[in-house]
This record gives sequence, structure tokens and C-alpha cells, in this order.
Amino acid sequence: MKLTGAQALIKSLEMQGVDVMFGLPGGAILPVYDPILDSPIRHILVRHEQGAGHMAEGYAHATGRPGVAMVTSGPAATNIVTPLADAYMDSVPIVVITGQVATASIGTDAFQEADITGITMSVTKHNWLVTDANDIPNVVAEAFHVATTGRPGPVLIDFPKDIANAQMDWYWPGSVDLPGYKPNSRGHSKMIAAAVKMMFEASRPVFYVGGGVLNARASEVLAELVELTGIPVVTTLMARGAFPDDHPLCLGMPGMHGNYTAVTAMQQSDLLIALGSRFDDRVTGKLDGFAPHARVVHVDIDPAELGKLRRPDVPIVGDCRSVIEDIVRAIKADPDAYQHRADITDWVGTLKGWQEKYPLKYEQPSLSGVLKPQYVIEKLRDATPSDTIVVSGVGQHQMWASQYWKFNHPYTWINSGGLGTMGFAIPAAIGAKVGKPDRTVWAIDGDGCFQMTAQELVTASMEQIPIKVALLNNSYLGMVRQWQEMFYGERYSEVYLSPDLPDYVKWSEAMGCASFRVENAEEVGPTIEKANEINDRPVVVEFRTDSSEKVFPMVPAGVSNDNIILGPEGLI
Amino acid sequence: MSISYIPGNGSSSDLSGTPGIMHHHVLSVLVENRAGVLARIAQLFSRRGYNIFSLAVAPTDESRFSRITIVVDVDSAPLEQITKQLHKLINVIKISELDPAESVECELLVATVNADISARGHVMELVALFDGKIIDVGVDKLTVLATGEPSKIDDFSELLSSFGIVELQRTGRVALAKLERQSNKLKNTTGRAG
Repeated sequence: MKLTGAQALIKSLEMQGVDVMFGLPGGAILPVYDPILDSPIRHILVRHEQGAGHMAEGYAHATGRPGVAMVTSGPAATNIVTPLADAYMDSVPIVVITGQVATASIGTDAFQEADITGITMSVTKHNWLVTDANDIPNVVAEAFHVATTGRPGPVLIDFPKDIANAQMDWYWPGSVDLPGYKPNSRGHSKMIAAAVKMMFEASRPVFYVGGGVLNARASEVLAELVELTGIPVVTTLMARGAFPDDHPLCLGMPGMHGNYTAVTAMQQSDLLIALGSRFDDRVTGKLDGFAPHARVVHVDIDPAELGKLRRPDVPIVGDCRSVIEDIVRAIKADPDAYQHRADITDWVGTLKGWQEKYPLKYEQPSLSGVLKPQYVIEKLRDATPSDTIVVSGVGQHQMWASQYWKFNHPYTWINSGGLGTMGFAIPAAIGAKVGKPDRTVWAIDGDGCFQMTAQELVTASMEQIPIKVALLNNSYLGMVRQWQEMFYGERYSEVYLSPDLPDYVKWSEAMGCASFRVENAEEVGPTIEKANEINDRPVVVEFRTDSSEKVFPMVPAGVSNDNIILGPEGLI
Repeated sequence: MSISYIPGNGSSSDLSGTPGIMHHHVLSVLVENRAGVLARIAQLFSRRGYNIFSLAVAPTDESRFSRITIVVDVDSAPLEQITKQLHKLINVIKISELDPAESVECELLVATVNADISARGHVMELVALFDGKIIDVGVDKLTVLATGEPSKIDDFSELLSSFGIVELQRTGRVALAKLERQSNKLKNTTGRAG
């Protein structure tokens, strides 16, 4: 069967099981948009290419399947670099296809030419420039394989216009041939035995659970391991929901804005069992001072993470699900060792004491007084189904959402963790809703973030993707404002945004959304109820919140996690 | 049999050009012979903040693969990290760190030196001592070539400089692991005895 390169590309995507893609056409990718008209793949037309990339990420986060985005060459390709970098940092499997000028024009500074394979080398797991139409099925198969196996990540296929127009003989490869790519998913049995031994010896152990547990679909087996061992769990920003917040052994989020118990449990532990986490600086604070008495078991699918920042006593390369299953099996195989394991009752008791003594706290003054953002999040949490997917941008609202929501199911929390991409929430929420149309999807966004990608609400209205947005409007770039207040002597430099410019309600209405404004605590509950009833279009609820509210606890940048600041009253 | 120069015991891991500030490691990296592979490797070094001291790339006997020999300035801990990061590149097949004591290394040098009538004989003598060749002759200059292990090339370069070097180019090292000199069986036995 003869196909054009464009037809072969779309057919290859169909062969990969792609049901939806996010994109925006243009000159170099034009030929590929023609066969889309005949394809069962749903194409969602975005308003900015960055939106397409974040939608693909949101889709991948929510479904576990790779998200696909397609844009044209040049500026469109550079516009999607941010989502690629975001997906690379957070190990999100997305496949981005960019148009490229014809092969004969590459290197001539042709109209809308950008060296996108060169530009994205350091923010993709791999990328391909297609130079022969006969390679298309192979390249697509390789791209999906690389994106979704091992440590997942973004890939890019650069697709010149003449290749799209060329003829090829259709085939579909039975397998991929990548001699240099053989990810290892099974942990080494000796290392697993050593890890179990350490777990039984430790008197102050903590499971340090990261996004790798979610990527490995390992939440269930993790719960089994926690029940078996009684070891408490912290879930990092990327892993919220990997272990239920309501479980008595769940300590919540560690790190710069983690709660006291999660942070201090890690500091004082004698064994950290890191599962798919990477000792990120936002978790460890000053690395030299991090968990100084702890031995470390580190499980990660990416060998380069083991010893990158903290040298593990037991390194285990492998997929978290497979390794945790093996650990559970090894524990069950030796009931005698299990009987004689160290008693951690005192440790768990100490942690309980801390949780009671140092809970997260804020004060909502009165129902008519200034509105606290934490109050909004708690109300929203209580008024929505427990499997609601929460998507956030980056900044104070992100931290409050992570702190005050109760994540009791995996894949209900989607955010930009590693790269910290403002404007992530709205497009990622759209992608998540497309992937999980039956679930309620709430984006929790800040006013700074909202202004970066709000135009995708037009996409959501046009495509009838009824996401809901809780816009916490504190009229500032709040996190930067917080740092200027705390560390720059209240010298506020370029952080004021204004509460009513733009008028968020009118703007949202103009984009086809239902929209509401809430100015005091009394209106919060009823307005959320109204928003929850609207399912035929997107909803934006603007909450006017207290500008001066800060995120606590906080460990200032570059200091040890021992120096945690619990609240505005200062150091403890 | 011609008389030729054999370098002394100086460890070939210390290049005399950069006296012992950094440790040199030789990585022999087998890669897929595809467009852009060298860029990926060079970019990885740059992105992670490592210096490449020298680099040599050429296809292997199998046209599908190339071998890149990288001499890198690092301490051993980051070397582990850079090796792991290199492994993450999809086009990288295999990486071996070559211990200078357990490998054979070779480098090539071409240099144009001043060699007027009075000096020409001395230059030719030096080239002969180093098993080199004269590959171009000018009115008062010679272009010479020598190959060998890096310390020999260092010495040659240093001696040439007394005549006045006009231009000089070295290839950087290529290296392969030394061959086994005893059977595995024998080796295991000695291992146990030790």
C-alpha cells in the first residue's frame, strides 16, 4: 500500500493507539493536517503551542498513556520547548511532532526554520529528524517506546514538509531496534535482600515516596508494603496521592513547604527508603545537612539518579512496582526475620505527637473578613468528590493545594514540580479532562499563572471540555512577594498585578466560561456548589484572597531542614 | 633496525601539558553511527559542566557503529555520574573506562617547524628518532608527523619546540583495552590464590 509520509505518520499514530492529539497547524506541518480529516483521532485545536504541550502532559498524567501534541516549525516548535522541559523534569511521557522546512532548505535559514532537534536535545529523552519517508513507522514506534518505557519522558519527532509529501510503502514494524536502549526493570535480588535487612534493623525508618511510584503504577503494592512493615510514608510534591493522606502512617509532603512532621521525620530518621524519588533540592534543603543519621536505600529506574546527590547504602535499579513486589515477597519469605524486626512503635508514636503538636495552620478571621486561600481550598476539597483531579500552576496556590487537599487516590494531583512552569494548570487540566471525561477536574490557579495560559479556556469552551478553575486572586506574584517580604526587607519589586485588572469574570465570560467572583468566606461554599453543577462549559471562580498570606511551614533556600519556620511568628 | 625513542616510565595518564591539576580519564564510547550523535555527547558534557580534554571519533569495523574516545578532566565521583548520563543517550551502545595501565593508547601529531639549512639536519634526526615522517618540505620549513603513545608525542612536541613551531595539530588519543594475556581459567586460579 502506497501512502504519503503525512498519511503514514497519522496511520502510525493510530497504530500506537492514539485517540486524541493537541495541536495547531501551520506552513510546514500543513500536509499532515489533511489526513487528520479522515482519521478517528480527535484533534484539539489549541490557541498557543505551549498549551498543546501541557495538555499532552495533563493527559499523560491522568491516564498513564503518552500524550501527543503536533505543531508546525519555527516559532511553534520553540513555543513547545517549555512543555518538553517540564515533561523532562517530571518524567512525563509525551510525544511532540513538529513540522520542519523541506530537507533541501534545512540549514539555509528558511522561513520558519528552527533547529528544533538541536534546541531540544537537553530537554527530551530523545529526538528524531525524519529524513526518509520509509523510516516513518519505525521512528514513530521508537518514539513511543522510548517515551513510555524505562524512566518515562518527552520525545520529539521533527518532520520535514517534503517527507510528508513523499510516497512510501506502508508497513508496521513488529518491534523496535534500539541497540543502545535496554532499560532494566527488575531489581537485583541481593540488593533487595540487603534492603529488607536494613528495613528490619532500622528503628526510625521512613518511606520517601516520589513520582516514580506513580509512573510505575505501584500505589497498591506500596500500600501492601506499608501495611506489612508499619513504616511511615512521606509523599513528595510529585507523589501526592501515591499513598492515601487519610492513612494513619501518611505524613504528607516533605520539603521546603512540607509539614513539620514529614520534614523532621526525614531529618531524624535512621533509614530513608527512597522509592522513585530523586533527592531534589526542594526536598532536601541544604544537602549536607539532610537526614544526617540516615542510611539510604534508593530505588529508581534511572541508574543515574542513584548517587547523583546522596550516595545510597543500598542502590536498586528497577521499576518501583517490580522492586516493591520483590521486597514484599522477600519479607513474606522469611517470617522469622519479620518476627524479630526492630520495634518502631516509639518512632511512630513520636511522629503522632508531632502531628498533633505541629499541624498545618491558618486562621480564617470571620466569615465576612478577608478571605484566606487555605480556607478556599479546604472548602473546595470538602465539596468535591474524593476522586476529583486537582491540577495546579506554580507558586503559593500550588503549595496550599498540595498541603490542604486530601489526596486519597493516585493520579488525582497534577502539577509542574521540577521545572515550576507558571501557567501549567489550565492547559494541563484540559488534557486531564480529555483523558478522564467522567471525572471532575478542578484547576487551582493563581492570578499570575492564569494570565499566562488563560486563552486555552477558549479551547476548552470550543471543544466542550468542562474544566473548573478556582482562581486564587491575591493581586500579586505571591510567592515572589513572600520572598521579598521575608528575605528582601519588604522591598516589593515588580510583583504587584492588581486585583481587578484584568476583570477575570468578564474575561472568562468572553472566553465562553461560566464565571463567578467570591469576596468573602460566606460565599465560598454556595459558589462552589453552583460551579459543581455546571457541566456544559468551563467554569471560572475568582476568589479574592488575602495578599499578605504566606506559605508555611518554610525552610528558607540553602539552609538545613532543621531550621524549619512554622509560621509568621518565626523560627521555633 | 633503526634507533628509535621509547618514552620513560612517566604515567601516560598525566599529560605533561597540564601538570596534575585534574585527573584524566579515558572513556571509550561505542555509539550508533547516526547524524547528530557527536552533538548529543558534546552537549551532554557542556550541560553537566564537564570538560572534554580531547576527543577522537571514527567509524569502527562495523559501519553501523562509531567509536568515540574521550579524554575527560574529572574526579572519580562525577565520572560515575557522567558515565551514567552518557548511558542514557539512546545512541550510546557501550562505554568503557580505560585504565591507562590496562589499555593501549595512540595519538598522531603533525607539526610545521622552522628548519633552515642549518637546522634541517637536526630536525630530520629528531624525526627519525621518534619514528616520524617528513610529509612536506618548504624552503625553510618542514612539516613532520609522528604517532605513538601520548607521552611520546608530548616529548616529541617539546623537543620540536626548540626549533620554533609554526603550526601544530594533535588528534587526541584513541585507545583500546589491552588483550588478555592468559586464559580465564588461569586468571581465576590466580585470583583465588591471591
